[in-house]
Amino acid sequence: MRKLLLLLLAALAPAPAVAADQVALDNSVFVERVSTDANGKERILLEEPTVVVPGDKLVFVLAYRNAGAQPADKFVITNPMPAAVRFADAGNGPVVSVDGGKQWGTLDTLTIASADGTRRAAQPADVTHIRWAFQKPIPVGGSGKLMFRGVVK
Amino acid sequence: MMKAPVGGAKHHQLLLPSSTALALAIALLSPSQAYAAGTRAGTTISNTASASYDTGGGPQTIDSNRVDLRVDELLDVTVATGNPSDVPTTPGATGQVLTYTVTNTGNGQEAFGLSTIANVGGDDYDPVVTQLYIDNGDGVFDASTDTLYTPGANDPVLNPDQSARIFVLSTTPGTVTDGNRGIVTLVAAAKTGTGAPGTSFAGQGEGGGDAVVGSTGADGQDNGAYRVAAATVSLVKSASIVDPFGGSEPVPGATITYTITATVAGTGSVSGLAITDNIPADTAYATGSITLGGSPLTDAADADAGDYNGSRIRVQLGTVAGGQTRTVTFRTRIN
Repeated sequence: MRKLLLLLLAALAPAPAVAADQVALDNSVFVERVSTDANGKERILLEEPTVVVPGDKLVFVLAYRNAGAQPADKFVITNPMPAAVRFADAGNGPVVSVDGGKQWGTLDTLTIASADGTRRAAQPADVTHIRWAFQKPIPVGGSGKLMFRGVVK
Repeated sequence: MMKAPVGGAKHHQLLLPSSTALALAIALLSPSQAYAAGTRAGTTISNTASASYDTGGGPQTIDSNRVDLRVDELLDVTVATGNPSDVPTTPGATGQVLTYTVTNTGNGQEAFGLSTIANVGGDDYDPVVTQLYIDNGDGVFDASTDTLYTPGANDPVLNPDQSARIFVLSTTPGTVTDGNRGIVTLVAAAKTGTGAPGTSFAGQGEGGGDAVVGSTGADGQDNGAYRVAAATVSLVKSASIVDPFGGSEPVPGATITYTITATVAGTGSVSGLAITDNIPADTAYATGSITLGGSPLTDAADADAGDYNGSRIRVQLGTVAGGQTRTVTFRTRIN
């Protein structure tokens, strides 16, 4: 129990300054636009989100880097879906939650309670959180990028 | 600030309560606005991720930078006729009402300019549009409670998903004939601008962002139509004579039976139709001889349709629809 309390305090307190020097997490968002070139071939472009309207496809990119002197173990990245964005896809890597972060799993393992008490299979639109849990420590100097897509509701 | 649970998979169970409470609190603080048109223009989409890890000194958590996107305004509108079938009219009629619904299918509040097109073609005549009214919400046209529309002065301002009912009043030309059809198109266009989908108006969107023309082109239109339902009346009068000697000569004492047939033609109806016939000179009306459709009518001006006032007979037929006939008979005797 004491450990839990400490963990909670750690979660609620501002991250220590030293932590920022060790592991960095950078978040950027792009709008995915499809343009058709002169030959009629479709090209997907990632643009800066200067204009965003409902229905636009957003690509969220999370770049992490271990700049510290120690490997970062139990590395977990969590991204709550913004309320106005409907989750689309994120490849095979992450697990998701459809209940605000209570339960986690791949989308096909999750269900949603219906008003009549039955449960239906969860859909991408139900996703509330996305999480990547790394099996191996991030080595010193290690970095990578994670990505997921959403649609502006 | 959203903090994710820390630690690896083993620790999830321990930390779920705090995570859940925070998630619920956030859900309550940011009610999602569920418009068919999508997220309201001006809404900020904020995204922040967090990472937890352990570099040997115990679990640590960091947040990413926060990215804020402002949702821009989509300009979209639809117009739908409220008259699934043609509205009947008559030649020369004024104030004939067509109903339309204008709906803001964009995601921001927007004013819409209204106009009509009466010479669209594909019909038989051009209705003369006289006025547009904006409904007061009861769905029924009433010039005393609905708002007369003046372009540019009181363009309807609609929130996302909101509709306005518009009444278009027209005069039907006197020259039209039965069965003629006249179409009126109502056009609604976003005041911010219209154009090809994707056309953008910088800084003119609700909430300070851009306004972007949506799939409707930021304008919409639909047709309503009148159909002339006119009726014409033709009267045919005939007489048959029976003389006192068993013949059919017009001699004194002979009885003349007059038969008047009123035929109403057309898809409309006539109202206030009455058949009046003066009793010819040198003849005397045979008391109580009026019939309508074979049934006798009294001579008094009373509840039944017929009367005789000493100089003429009259049968008031009221409203008669096209395709129907009425047959009136009466008798006189030659003096």
